[in-house]
Amino acid sequence: MKMKWSGLALALGALVFSAAANAAPPSAAMLSNACGGCHGTHGASAGPSMPSLAGQSKVFFIDAMKKFRSGDRPGTVMSRLAKGYTDEQIVAMADFFAKQKPQAQDTAVNPALVAKGKTVYDNACKRCHLENGKEFEEDTPIVAGQWLTYLQIQMNEFQSGARKMSEKKAEKVKPLTAADWEAVAHFYASQK
Amino acid sequence: MTMERRNFLKLLGAGASAATLGLAGCASGPKYTGGRKVVVIGGGYGGTIAAKYIRMMDATIEVTLIERNDHFVSCPFSNLYLGGILPDLSSLTIKYDKLAANHGIKVVQAEVTGIDAAAHSVTTSAGVFKYDSLVVSPGVEFRTDEIKGYDHDVMPHAWKAGPQTVLLRKQLEAMKPGGTVVLSIPLAPFRCPPGPYERTSMIAMYLKEHKPGSKIIVLDANPDIVSKKGLFLKGWKKHYEGIIDYRPAKKVTEVDNKKMTVLIEGIEEVKGDVINVIPPQKAGHIAHVAGLVGPDGKWCPVNPMTFESTLKKDIHVIGDSSIAGAMPKSGYSANSEAKVCATNIVARMNSRELTEMSGVNTCYSFLSAKEAVSVTGVYQVDKEKHAIVAVKGSVGVSPDLSELEAVYAQSWVKNILTEMST
Repeated sequence: MKMKWSGLALALGALVFSAAANAAPPSAAMLSNACGGCHGTHGASAGPSMPSLAGQSKVFFIDAMKKFRSGDRPGTVMSRLAKGYTDEQIVAMADFFAKQKPQAQDTAVNPALVAKGKTVYDNACKRCHLENGKEFEEDTPIVAGQWLTYLQIQMNEFQSGARKMSEKKAEKVKPLTAADWEAVAHFYASQK
Repeated sequence: MTMERRNFLKLLGAGASAATLGLAGCASGPKYTGGRKVVVIGGGYGGTIAAKYIRMMDATIEVTLIERNDHFVSCPFSNLYLGGILPDLSSLTIKYDKLAANHGIKVVQAEVTGIDAAAHSVTTSAGVFKYDSLVVSPGVEFRTDEIKGYDHDVMPHAWKAGPQTVLLRKQLEAMKPGGTVVLSIPLAPFRCPPGPYERTSMIAMYLKEHKPGSKIIVLDANPDIVSKKGLFLKGWKKHYEGIIDYRPAKKVTEVDNKKMTVLIEGIEEVKGDVINVIPPQKAGHIAHVAGLVGPDGKWCPVNPMTFESTLKKDIHVIGDSSIAGAMPKSGYSANSEAKVCATNIVARMNSRELTEMSGVNTCYSFLSAKEAVSVTGVYQVDKEKHAIVAVKGSVGVSPDLSELEAVYAQSWVKNILTEMST
C-alpha cells in the first residue's frame, strides 16, 4: 500500500514537473510580490514603521538592499532577507518598485513641526532631497509621503550613528539638533 | 497587457509563439485551451491573496472565493490578546467586502462539502461551482483522535483564532492567583512553529502581571523548543523566571475533563486549573475529502513550482495544508505561496511559460509587551531535488530580543491583513 502510494505520487509528481521544467527564472514581479506581506501590495505600505517601496528610486533601492546584505546599513529582518537575493534579482526588484505608483500615506503630523521642518529642509536638505523630498538625485531616496514612524526611526539611526551617512550628508546635518531632525521627519511625512 | 498579447497572437495565428517573436520574458508555454474560471476555497492568509493576485494579474479570469464565515480572524498576533497587549480581536479581524469590490472577486459564504476533480466542480451548501483551476487553502484540521477524551470546550486549543481564543482568555481571567496553566504542544510539523512558545511567553506575562504566584507548565511533545530556541530561553529567563516550567518530550495522549488533568503517554498525570491543549494537526478537512492528502495521511504533496497537487490535476493546495518543502507553516508563507500559485495559474491560462517560484517568510514572536524576535527566509526551487529550499544566508533569527522588531511586527500585521482585505 505504502509503496503503491509513493510510486503513484512520484509518477504524478514527475509528470507534472516535466511539464514545468522549462520555467523561466523568477520574474521581477515574482520576486517583488513576495515583499508585499510586509511592504504592502506593490509596495504601498499600510504599516507606519514600514516604508513604502512604490515609486522609490531604483538607484537608492539597489544601494539599500546591498547595504543591508553587507551589513553597512543596520537592519533587523532586512539584513537577513537581503542575503537571499543576487545582484541581478535586486536590480529586477528595484525596477519593479520604481515603476509602481507612489501612494502618500495618511499619516498624522504636527503642523507646527511641519513648518519648522520646512525651514530646516530649506537650509540643510533640499540640495539632495529635491522638490520637498519628492524627487531624488543619485542615491538619495524619495522621502516625501513616507510614514512618520518610519522616518523617525531612520532619523534616530542617523543621529545615533547606527546608519552611516555620506560625507556630504554628514557635513550638511552637523548643525541640526534632535528637534530639527524630528521636524524634518514631520515635514517629509506631510508631503503628498 | 495580457489581453493585448493574446489578441496579438490570435492575429498571427495559433501557431505563433512569443519565443519566436523574441518577446523577452513572455516566452510561450503549452497551449491552453480550457476555460477561465478559478475557484478558491478558504478566505485566510492564502486564499484571499490567491484570489486577489489572479484578478490583479488578469481581470479576464473569473474568480470565486468560497469561505464558510463572513469574516476571518488572524491567528498571528492572537497570542497578544491572550497576554493582554490587545484588548480584543477586532484589529485582527477582516471582512471580504472591500476585497470583493476592489478586485471583482465573487465571494460566497458557504461550507464546501465536496470536490469532484474529474467533473471540475465544488459542491457547497450554496450550490455547485464549476472551475478550470481550483485553489484549496483550508488551513489545518486537528488530529483529535490522538488525544483521548479531548473536548475543546473544556481545554481550548485556541489554534484557530476567534471564539476559542476568547474562551482561553476568559479561563485565564477566571483563574485564582497561584493557579497552574498547562500548555500542551504537539509534535511538529504544526501551524506556526514559534507560536506555542510565543503563547507561553504571553500567558506568563499575563500571570506575572495579574495572577501572582501562578505558573505555566509547558508539555512539549517535541524533544526541544522547535523554533527560535535561544531567544525564547533568553526572554523567559529575563522576564519569567520561576513562572515557566518547560518540559520537553512530554506528549499528551489523553485528558480528563472532570479532573482537569492531562496524561503523558498514558502514564504521567499533570493537573491544571486552565489547560490549553494544542492537538497534533493535519491538512484541512476538505483536502482529505478531495483526495489531496499524500501517503503520510496528513499533508498535501504539491508541485513546488505551481503548488498544483501531485495527486489531482488542476487543483492547487497552498498554505498550512501543503507540503511546501523548507517553507514553514506560517501566515506569511501562505501569502507568498498564494502569489506563486496565482502567477503560474495566470501564466498557464494565457499559454505563457511558467515562472520559477521565489518566496519569503517573516514571522515575529513577542516575548514581552515591548520585545519581539523574528525568523526570516527567502525560498526558491532546487531543480535537482524538485523541492522548495531556503536560499543560503537568508534564513536566520534575530540576534537578540528587540524593541524595534516589536514596532516592525505591529506594522507587519497591519500590512498583511490590509493586503488580504483590500
